[in-house]
Amino acid sequence: MNTLLEIILKAAVITLVALTGFAYLTLLERKFISRLQARYGPNRVGPFGLLQPAAEALKLIVKESIMPDKADRPMFFLAPIMAVVPALAIFAVVPFGKGPVLQLASNVNVGMLYVAAVIGTAVYGVAIAGWASNNKYASLGGLRAAAQVVSYELALGLSMVTVVLLASSASLAEIVQAQQPGNILGWNIFKLPVGFVAASIFAMTSLAELARAPYDLVEAEQELTAGYITEYSGMKFALFFMSEYIKMIALSALFATFFLGGWSGPFVNSLASPFGEILSLVYFIIKVLACLLLMVLVRATLPRLRYDKLMAFGWKMLLPVSLLNVVVTALMIVLGIF
Amino acid sequence: MSVEFFLFLLVAAVAVVAALGLLLSRNAIYAAMFLILNMASVAVIYLLLNAPFIAAVQVAVYAGAIMVLFVFVIMLLGAEKLNPADTKLALKWQRPLSIVLGMALFLLLGAVILTRLGGAVAAKMIDTSPLAIGKALFTTYLLPFEVVSVLLLAAVVGAVVLTKKS
Repeated sequence: MNTLLEIILKAAVITLVALTGFAYLTLLERKFISRLQARYGPNRVGPFGLLQPAAEALKLIVKESIMPDKADRPMFFLAPIMAVVPALAIFAVVPFGKGPVLQLASNVNVGMLYVAAVIGTAVYGVAIAGWASNNKYASLGGLRAAAQVVSYELALGLSMVTVVLLASSASLAEIVQAQQPGNILGWNIFKLPVGFVAASIFAMTSLAELARAPYDLVEAEQELTAGYITEYSGMKFALFFMSEYIKMIALSALFATFFLGGWSGPFVNSLASPFGEILSLVYFIIKVLACLLLMVLVRATLPRLRYDKLMAFGWKMLLPVSLLNVVVTALMIVLGIF
Repeated sequence: MSVEFFLFLLVAAVAVVAALGLLLSRNAIYAAMFLILNMASVAVIYLLLNAPFIAAVQVAVYAGAIMVLFVFVIMLLGAEKLNPADTKLALKWQRPLSIVLGMALFLLLGAVILTRLGGAVAAKMIDTSPLAIGKALFTTYLLPFEVVSVLLLAAVVGAVVLTKKS
């Protein structure tokens, strides 16, 4: 019974941290993009605009929730939930730091498969939202989301296979352990050339899974007003927003775990019990933040792809390269290079 | 009465209700959603049977990939509502056949359950880690594994040929 209580407590803490992280990630993104575009960004609510997320949350809660007359009521309600739950579920297997206190289920031996399964089911929220809205723009957005995610999932999965090969384990805790020979060169991203290629493919495909710029055709404002989210308002709109940003955090955490050595860093293993663990958590948060800032930077820099180019890039470029990458990794392991 | 038993009862009930929902819903999107729920609950049953690999693959392949394509095609064709006149015409002789086949399946299942009931099936603790499954696939079951891969390749080539404009 004790372990059950522990699991429930950890899950509650992870959910709370993810929700707070979502709120402040929106602020971070707006601030950072504003700076890149020589603006100030939100700076009126609280010091440095730090209370802006709270104000926005309050606004969204008190807003009227509009339901289109011809919408499919049950699915219209369920779609936001179907979007948020997989985003949160990814965190179950992420090792946040050294030691069992900072991990929930990161030592399950099918961790990588669990990640693939959860990411694969995350698209239903968007696709069903598009269908249930009974709106042409929303349906097009939902269709685009389904096709895009299925196409890019293959390359994403193959880049994760490379990580499994390099660590010879599918458990996320062991993947972090395998990247610790004592220095930064143990990180998977520095296992040249295959680690770097896999990391690049993972970064590109995870942007496509998130449907963020330059892959945000799902909600392309100029063509589809707002895509699948057009008919949503109030808290249901906020839930879709939440799912996107929580998935951003989750995929950044996965990138840090797979390629940047997870929670490892200097002095983590030499410090005494509570301090080493705290330091490992700090290292992990720094790595996740770096990935998040890179995502925001990409959004501020790159224009949107055209839809046929998006499909061609996924199928004719990323998929063959990632397949080849798996073969080369396997060869290098057989030859004893890694 | 352990926690696992209660979990099994709950998940099995969800699986059965989802399967019934799939059969009885008139809307193809709802049917697809019920099928996904059914697959997810079957995955939980695999987990209870100490087979996490099968559970994860079940969700990743069926719910995560195949059903996304199903939903995509239903949405693309706008085929979620069936015209009742079409169904009556199309399902002329399939109905009696499906009744006969369904009864045969139930008889078979009933016979197996009746003959096996009482004699407890010995639970074998086998290694269900991805490592052990991979080893088994590439040693003991190498030939079936390769045959399946050739079959899948043929299907991929067939799909490419069918979609090519000539």
